[in-house]
Amino acid sequence: MRWGEIIRRLVLIPPTLVGVAVIVFVLLRVVPGDPIAMMIPPGATPADIEHLRAFYGLDQPILRQFITWFGQALRGDFGRSISVHQSVFELVRARLPATLELALLATLIAVVLGMITALIGIRLRGRRAELLVDGGVGVFLAIPDFLWALILLLLFGVLIPLLPISGRIDPEIDVTLHSNFYLLESLLLGRFDIANALVHHMILPAVALALPFSALVARILKASLADAEDQDYAQIARARGFSWPKILLHEVFPNALIPTVALGGVQVTLLLGGTVLVERIFSYEGIGNMAIDAVINRDFPLIQGLILTFAVLFIALNLAVDLLVALLDPRLRHG
Amino acid sequence: MVDLALDRAAGPSSRWTAALRRGGPRLWLGAALVGVLVLVALAAPLIAPHDPLEQDLMSAQLPPAWTSGGDAAYLLGTDSLGRCVLSRLIYSARTAVAVALIAATLAAAIGIAFGLVAGSFGGWIDQLTSRLIDVWMAFPPVLLSIVLAAVIGAGLTSVIAAIVVVDWTRFARVVRAETMVQLKRDYAAAARAIGLNRGGILRLEILPNLVPLVVTLLAVEMGIAILVEVILSFVGISVASDTPTWGGMIAEGRQIVYQAPWIMALPIACIILSVIGFNLLGDGLRTLLDPVQRR
Repeated sequence: MRWGEIIRRLVLIPPTLVGVAVIVFVLLRVVPGDPIAMMIPPGATPADIEHLRAFYGLDQPILRQFITWFGQALRGDFGRSISVHQSVFELVRARLPATLELALLATLIAVVLGMITALIGIRLRGRRAELLVDGGVGVFLAIPDFLWALILLLLFGVLIPLLPISGRIDPEIDVTLHSNFYLLESLLLGRFDIANALVHHMILPAVALALPFSALVARILKASLADAEDQDYAQIARARGFSWPKILLHEVFPNALIPTVALGGVQVTLLLGGTVLVERIFSYEGIGNMAIDAVINRDFPLIQGLILTFAVLFIALNLAVDLLVALLDPRLRHG
Repeated sequence: MVDLALDRAAGPSSRWTAALRRGGPRLWLGAALVGVLVLVALAAPLIAPHDPLEQDLMSAQLPPAWTSGGDAAYLLGTDSLGRCVLSRLIYSARTAVAVALIAATLAAAIGIAFGLVAGSFGGWIDQLTSRLIDVWMAFPPVLLSIVLAAVIGAGLTSVIAAIVVVDWTRFARVVRAETMVQLKRDYAAAARAIGLNRGGILRLEILPNLVPLVVTLLAVEMGIAILVEVILSFVGISVASDTPTWGGMIAEGRQIVYQAPWIMALPIACIILSVIGFNLLGDGLRTLLDPVQRR
């Protein structure tokens, strides 16, 4: 990936987002369920219903609706939620931090777990136990995050009730913070009582999201480590009598990191997409859980806003990974 | 690469047995798990001890038969409406297998068609397909299938459509790249030299070489399709609500997880076995069909 390629990708972002917006918009307009029918109070007159339709712009032709919505979206106005009666932008702003904190914690857990597994695997290389590690990694990779969520919920929420299985924080704890990044802010402010309660609620969903991703990190990193270990420079270092940890740290690891970030980084989007169901299962108040409610309530503006939010996150993540690889790789840094 | 050369030299029959031995336990375990799943689905009316919809409120939330308070008539217990959990698990396999087979095959067919066209024509057609795939990749897949299923309405068709529309890109991306690689090979040039047209080269030369790749992807996609069906029925927008599904059973079990944890645990176990079965089968098939891709 050269810098020119990154610029080309940047240029392609706006048309991709418009494509996403168009598809979602058209899709939602063929929904059989009527969002207005779900929000009218009993005894509303047909005139009231017409009034509401006009208020949300649902009486206009699709193209006209899209142009109106798109024009407002460009100015940062994503409309009002039909089911919650609030601005979509405000709703996403309030809930997004919860999802980002969860995804961040999950990524951290996954990277640490994946690295440890890869190092164990590479240490056991050529022995029978290596097959055991590889097999275990295969199983963890095959079972997706939402199944881990259900398994963890059963194991550590119900059978051995160690951790809470629902919500972002205990309702009795008074959270008076400025931002919605509760965890980051409470850590920065030194409010460890709040941080502690938050982490307790986040552990199960975060581990569920982390497990398949950690297996992926372990698999790619182990293959890259094995590759780097076989290279001449590593063999020469060994012949010169350097110890294994030293060779690993100075020669093998830095070279194995690049393919791991390049291949694994792209998959962080999978982890982010997984938050939709995992948040649902643990009743965690992020944008994923809100998205499912929005679909069930046929809340068009909210669904549109949320899918676009995910799309922006996905594209931004992919680009960040490309940049990171370009920075890590000396060949690209100077190329 | 050394043992690759040996494989070629050793001739077809011994290569076949060698591959069988290599694909070995994974292939057979995978095939066995998938085989059992398909058999259970086909023979559901014969092996299910009860009607999966038959309610018996007098014996609701019975634990499995071997625990205290269990009833020998209900081997794996009953749910909150007194329906036989074992029978519901067995009948749920029917939906899972139907979705896996149909959705994965359709997604493969569409994806392969797009991939072949993009990979062989190149130019603006490739550009257009690639941009389309870009747009698709920007969607959160789970959310997109939930929205799609909600849009089309409950039913088997809508579940299948949701999976096909979301997952065709998996095949399209791989087939496009592989078609480009294969077209650069000498044999494709040779086929052009003897006067085969583009369609002929694709059909006679390229497609057969894509088979190992596609079969592997197909097995994995079937596992994914089962998972998506579980997700949709868990959220409550899959097939009609009276059809038993693993996802629906999990959602019902989640409500009474403290009183009857086995109702949630059992469908999870079924799903894990099925998905691991399809993954092992895909892994095994890859080693079996294509020694080059052996890891």
